Amino acid sequence: MMRAFFRVAWIVVKKDLTIEVRSLEILSTTIFFAVTVVLMFSFGLVVDGRPLNDVAAAILWVAIAFSGTLALGRTFERERHNDTLRALLLAPADRPALYVGKLAGILLLLALVELVLVPLVGLLFAAPIFVHGFHLVALLAGGTIGFTAVGTLFAAMLVRARSRDVLLPIMLYPMTVPVMIAGVRGTAALFQPTPDLAVAQFWIGLLGFFDVVFVTLALWTFDPVMTD
Amino acid sequence: MHSDFETLAVIDVARHYGRRKALSHVNFTCAAGDIIGLLGPNGAGKSTLLNILATLLAASRGRVEYGGRTAEQAGADIRGRIGMLGHDLFLYPELTARENLVFFAQLYGLSGAHARVQAALDRAGLGDRADDFMSGFSRGMRQRVALERALLHAPRLLLLDEPFTGLDQASTKALVDRLRECQQAGCIVVLATHDLDIVDGVLSRAVFLQNGRQVGEPGPGTALRERYRQAMTT
Amino acid sequence: MTRSTLVMLALAAGMFALAPWMINAAPNEATMGLVYKIYFFHMPSAWMFMVAAIASGIASARFLFLKRPSADGWALAAGELAVLFGAFTLVTGPLWARKAWGVWWVWDARLTSSLMLFMIFVAYLLLRKYGGPGSDKLGAGMALFGMANVPFIYVSVNYWRTFHPLTSVVPTLPVEMGIPLWYCVTAFTLLFIVLLRMRARLEHQRARVEALYLLEDES
Repeated sequence: MMRAFFRVAWIVVKKDLTIEVRSLEILSTTIFFAVTVVLMFSFGLVVDGRPLNDVAAAILWVAIAFSGTLALGRTFERERHNDTLRALLLAPADRPALYVGKLAGILLLLALVELVLVPLVGLLFAAPIFVHGFHLVALLAGGTIGFTAVGTLFAAMLVRARSRDVLLPIMLYPMTVPVMIAGVRGTAALFQPTPDLAVAQFWIGLLGFFDVVFVTLALWTFDPVMTD
Repeated sequence: MHSDFETLAVIDVARHYGRRKALSHVNFTCAAGDIIGLLGPNGAGKSTLLNILATLLAASRGRVEYGGRTAEQAGADIRGRIGMLGHDLFLYPELTARENLVFFAQLYGLSGAHARVQAALDRAGLGDRADDFMSGFSRGMRQRVALERALLHAPRLLLLDEPFTGLDQASTKALVDRLRECQQAGCIVVLATHDLDIVDGVLSRAVFLQNGRQVGEPGPGTALRERYRQAMTT
Repeated sequence: MTRSTLVMLALAAGMFALAPWMINAAPNEATMGLVYKIYFFHMPSAWMFMVAAIASGIASARFLFLKRPSADGWALAAGELAVLFGAFTLVTGPLWARKAWGVWWVWDARLTSSLMLFMIFVAYLLLRKYGGPGSDKLGAGMALFGMANVPFIYVSVNYWRTFHPLTSVVPTLPVEMGIPLWYCVTAFTLLFIVLLRMRARLEHQRARVEALYLLEDES
């Protein structure tokens, strides 16, 4: 039972990766978009050549949220194009496994985006990204999983809806405010001149909780919301 | 197989969207080896009915019984006995024909996926182009791959949405022949179309739909086109 | 309108008509003076906001998992009330803040989390309105997630910022202030129940009209 579940999820991930590796469309556009977001915000938040307090953390997470939304929208647009999402739902496979497959694919994509984004922010804002590398990775992982877990469910739900492009961010951003606060505050605590590990750990814990609750909820709700 | 069935019964099925009736009071039954045509103009409810038969859409009223059980009673396994060819073909243009078929074979949990896929590709006459991307295929070739995709798991119930659209004569004939093969193998085929001349003589029965209602008589006799005209004007 | 709703409506109307006298009778608070009295409407509406959000989430879960069609009407009614009482909370909050802290808006923990929850339910209503067919199910998913999000919003915003007078103020209020406060809470609760029932009833009747319309057309 458990094996069949992960087999289906893996097949979906493999398929998504094969498509993406061939075109690199979503990855390249998302990375470039993330970089432009960082620059756009820098113009507003760097005064007299010097960034305001905690700007690096804030810009990092805003860029993750924006590019994450873009990646979610594009990934499901692909499944909408030839109505293949319907074909997936038609298979006798466990439907939550399809959700996990899509989630894992998007997470992998965003991990690659962050691989570019984090060093860029470190470079531009002289942020100490390696000093507490483990904590930073934990924050990024916890935050990205939370954001994407909610986002994948919403994007999948919206495939059939009208005006889905605008509804996705409208629904997703208020819902992931705790992720944003935790990510930004936790990262800011690490980027301070004297890093505050206790604060970072608190936020990592909160993100862990958030992830567990919302992944579980998404697995429960995926099947009922996908049948009309 | 436990989830298999020999008959399909559509009992008083209706589907509403608010006040709009996509379907109302549709009734018919069929058995293994039947080819049923859903005939009617655009917006008659043909696609809605196919989606209900595919368990992707719930009926607002009435029920569909697969061998005496509804889809809910039969569980998710029933989907493994249904094959569908949608209007949008259900194929990834960025993958090759082979990759598309292998993906779906694995998703359906079929044993010997690669051998099955090779057989399916040969049947579609695409053995030599199996590793070309779908995006480079003509409409007819894509349609053949899509049909083989729907048939990979040897479904009992095959649902086709406008399968003849955009096909040349040779492809049309190949498709009709393939449907006859399925019929021989004990498939229940339900196809929605408005290409009356092509399906005349192929169908075991015709269900005429207009504005979501069943019209006319399913009886045999005169040419299909004549019966269609009569059904639509009543 | 059912008789019990009518009775409650009359009662709520009477209580709200008398509320100014009740609030006027309460003594002015030492530092805040008259402005303090916003609190008598602010806190009950904030409570009703929270209750509405939770009610919408629970009804949505019933609709989604138990497939009760009528639960959708309750979820939508509660969702609209969450926006209504949320708006009321967010208007009265800054009025207080202007006097207490000298600015219209502060990034205070509870004000901010109220704003976030308010945003979730505005998004819910936007989805219900513009989502097209099937948006009842999508909305149910959204409301359910919104309800589950309440503790997370609360904890995260709380840890981020805290200015708000602590919740423990309520039980320690002097009796002269406590009575009008509980009076207002009762009035708001009645108003909430009346509006919820009327709005849900409207939605259920709309569903029935739809069903009758469909039947009528058949014959």
